[in-house]
Amino acid sequence: MGDDVILETRGLTKEFKGFAAVSGVDLKVRRGAIHALIGPNGAGKTTCFNLITKFLEPTRGTILFDGRDITRTKPADVAQMGMVRSFQISATFGHLTLLENVRVALQRKLGTSFHFWRSERSLSALHERAEALLADVGLAEYRDLTANELPYGRKRALEIATTLALDPEMLLLDEPTSGMGREDIGRTAALIRRVAKDRTVLMVEHNLSVVADLSDTITVLARGEILAEGPYETVSTDPRVVEAYMGTGAGTGAGTDAAAHADA
Amino acid sequence: MTESTASPSAATGSTATSSANSSASSSAESRAASAPLLTAGRIAFLAFLALALVAPLFLYPVFLVKVLCFALFACAFNLLVGYVGLLSFGHAMFFGGASYFCGHMLKVWGWPPELAIPAAALAAGAMGLVVGALAIRRQGIYFAMVTLALAQMFYFFALQAPFTGGEDGIQAIPRTPILGVIETANDTTLYYVVLAIFTAGFLLIYRTIHSPFGQVLKAIRENEPRAISLGYAVDRYKLLAFTLSATLAGLAGATKALAFQLASLTDVAWQMSGEVVLMTLVGGMGTVFGPVVGAAVIVTMQNYLAGFGEWVLVTQGVIFVVVVLLFRRGIVGEAMAFAERRRRRREDADAAAAGEPEPAATH
Repeated sequence: MGDDVILETRGLTKEFKGFAAVSGVDLKVRRGAIHALIGPNGAGKTTCFNLITKFLEPTRGTILFDGRDITRTKPADVAQMGMVRSFQISATFGHLTLLENVRVALQRKLGTSFHFWRSERSLSALHERAEALLADVGLAEYRDLTANELPYGRKRALEIATTLALDPEMLLLDEPTSGMGREDIGRTAALIRRVAKDRTVLMVEHNLSVVADLSDTITVLARGEILAEGPYETVSTDPRVVEAYMGTGAGTGAGTDAAAHADA
Repeated sequence: MTESTASPSAATGSTATSSANSSASSSAESRAASAPLLTAGRIAFLAFLALALVAPLFLYPVFLVKVLCFALFACAFNLLVGYVGLLSFGHAMFFGGASYFCGHMLKVWGWPPELAIPAAALAAGAMGLVVGALAIRRQGIYFAMVTLALAQMFYFFALQAPFTGGEDGIQAIPRTPILGVIETANDTTLYYVVLAIFTAGFLLIYRTIHSPFGQVLKAIRENEPRAISLGYAVDRYKLLAFTLSATLAGLAGATKALAFQLASLTDVAWQMSGEVVLMTLVGGMGTVFGPVVGAAVIVTMQNYLAGFGEWVLVTQGVIFVVVVLLFRRGIVGEAMAFAERRRRRREDADAAAAGEPEPAATH
């Protein structure tokens, strides 16, 4: 089972004033896999995600990354260890150009980020790499636009290019296709598949056809606990999972999606 | 409906205004970082410097000194609010604090200005390090409240402490010569000394904004959680920015103490913290020259409307409201956005002239 686990949580619990948003989650993510975290609304996916990325402090439990305990590590330090997250609302630096967006991620490695006396031109050595990263996601021609000027789907692409600039070992994607049209979803899914070739990906995702398409392993959360785990075929036919999705009115959109996929 | 679609230039003009509200000021700014507009910024700075060099021929030097001191103060404040997104409401403690330090060093300890001014600025920087370390633990309005609370504490300290002169302040600070030769007692000479100090401070701020460090600051301003997720320990960057800002605000206050031979409670009062906010907003937050223009406008008003008593405050209030409601980018910000809109319209026109068919262009 856990021959090469890159990320592991043990008894991960988060309580908000007595209400357990996440309780006793034991998650194991294999190195190199695309692992999806799904579940109906309010299942605790996002809380779980924020705990793993250290944007929330867990009430109980431990988190191990690459065998190291990161339960009390600061988020910026986790990022430096090679685990980088994305955000549900696409996170770009709106008033910076696309090139600067990617360059900000690249420049940390130079070790000059506190040098307020040094010219910005010292960063131009990074331009070639930044342009290559932008070209990778099909944004090369827009390098001098500001991120705010991009349409939504392309902001996501920019965010991914920025994340890849760090060359992280593990990517944590928070609903990478949320709010996207069909065409953008296809493009983003292809991009995720491509960048996951030599990386581990853990993602929270609502769109079940994307999940079915990409994931090696799926963990289904309901009411803060793990309901089922396994490949899509196993999970999608699990009666408890079907009930969890159908039983809550909020999950209808995703539910029909799942049903449609099961038919195919 | 047909009206608006019929004339594409007018339509883009008006939509650009609304959408540009949030984006244009800084987008123009970040474009300035790329080659062609950078020279435009340099030209503006050289023009300013040329004007400043001949200004004493037309204007009263002591008035100009006051403008420069407040301009430097506002630029220092803008480094924090405009480029990191941190609104400090206690910057008077660094400005006024340094003027007390400088006054004491010049008058009581008899230090020469070339030693007293930098030392006072560094002392203000040390205060900034402590205050910043406490304040950056909180965000948004709470950050502003912590800085205000600490500044009020400092105000009452200045009122009670034995060496500040209480209500009287430190008066008759000597304008001793710099390096024993530059006679600061002469108003015109003093003006050029202050201009040199201002230029040094301004260039340091300019460099900071356009440095690798400045890039990280802007990233934090734009999206702090994202900056964290890229591995930046944002608190350390904020603290360095806060300390730099406090040091430069201190440089302005120390210079003012020498120039006006006075360090008083006015300079550490909360009204002074408010005034620097006003100057920065009127001139244009997050623009390099905005605070300079804002300081010039406010100081000019205070000087020339002084005869009207309380009406100065009423006028300031009205200007503040008008700027917040109508010209949110401030004088320089609006001017830059206007230039940017024109540039775009010209580009669009060029594209149209190059033969791209414009389907909606019926009249």
